[in-house]
Amino acid sequence: MSAVLTAARSAVRAARPSARAIPAASLSLAARSVHTLPKLDYAYDALEPHISGQIMELHHSKHHQAYVNGLNAAEQSYAKAPSPKEQIKLQSALKFNGGGHINHSLFWKNLAPQAQGGGELAAGPLKDALVADFGSIDAFKKKMNSVTAAIQGSGWGWLGYNPDTKKLEIVTTPNQDPLLTHVPILGIDIWEHAFYLQYHNVKADYLTAIWNVINFKEAERRFVEAAKSA
Amino acid sequence: MAHVLPDLPYGYDALEPFISKQIMELHHKKHHQTYVNSLNAAEQAYAKASTPKERIALQSALKFNGGGHINHSLFWKNLAPASSEGKGNGGVLRDGALKEAIVKTWGSVDKFIAEFNATTAAIQGSGWGWLGYHPTLKILEITTTANQDPLLTHVPIIGVDIWEHAFYLQYLNVKADYLKAIWNVINWDEAEKRFAEA
Repeated sequence: MSAVLTAARSAVRAARPSARAIPAASLSLAARSVHTLPKLDYAYDALEPHISGQIMELHHSKHHQAYVNGLNAAEQSYAKAPSPKEQIKLQSALKFNGGGHINHSLFWKNLAPQAQGGGELAAGPLKDALVADFGSIDAFKKKMNSVTAAIQGSGWGWLGYNPDTKKLEIVTTPNQDPLLTHVPILGIDIWEHAFYLQYHNVKADYLTAIWNVINFKEAERRFVEAAKSA
Repeated sequence: MAHVLPDLPYGYDALEPFISKQIMELHHKKHHQTYVNSLNAAEQAYAKASTPKERIALQSALKFNGGGHINHSLFWKNLAPASSEGKGNGGVLRDGALKEAIVKTWGSVDKFIAEFNATTAAIQGSGWGWLGYHPTLKILEITTTANQDPLLTHVPIIGVDIWEHAFYLQYLNVKADYLKAIWNVINWDEAEKRFAEA
């Protein structure tokens, strides 16, 4: 790298606060593990017409933000909890908000605008595994949709990698329970807030549309990593 | 014996501005109708099931759709057009046995509503908030059920649907506003009737 470029980079870095610098005030124990709302890799309206900008904005800036805030509050309380009983009382808040944060963070990344490859499943190990485990890509999508639609209440549909059988499987989790039995490859939010403003009660239409913005590249990345570590 | 979708005791727009016509129409004609249809299908399948295993396999469909039908049928009846809008008796808790019991248990009606709303808003997922009468302890209690589970431990006095389809089109993520507004259209007369019977 040229000396000029290096100097230029140093100058830029010095001129703006590094993203890594931690203000002294937040070095307390309580602030050490503050979770934050991750930014989306695309604009709120980038998934239109499949998922509306209105939904994306509410879903990210209100719902996911509330899970982040709830998680931070629950963790603060947990740190102060003086007994196992008090800790156990906090478990449901940690699971609900922690799960909400985990699930939505995975979700935003496994969505992508068509301009960024959303909806495209390239030839490769993931495609091969899907065909091997489900017969065809269409059969996989159909099963994912019917299993997800059948959830009785709020929850998530998952394509997961089973580390024991080394197969891809479709599973669900209720409410904001995170997927623990499998490595998450793709998650689909079927809470009504994820689709109702646009699709009303017709969740089948949401489930058909969402495949246009599924980020198969990210899914493949997760799959390759899961298959490696198993 | 096929179950049918009960008619609403009021028009789809009757609960405005507290619950929108759009929500009422979708909620009744689409969501509740689906529970009715699916309950009938599940019961048909159950009648044909010839082993305990097959019957047990059908339990979740019966509970979900049966519960959905029970809960929504109770819900439509414990809502009424708002008195504050001059449309009906909704939102008016007259002096009587129910009001006395609420004040005795929670100190005031406002305190009851605040606790009911906090408990209902805290449901983690889909479900229902209930004012219920405990049949053996003989007291009123605030309780919740998950998803479409019907209230079994108490006699239902008032139910409030907190599934997102019940409010999202109008109140978006601000369920606290829905829970505040709905008390304008709660049919306290029906609640009193259920309480007297319980």
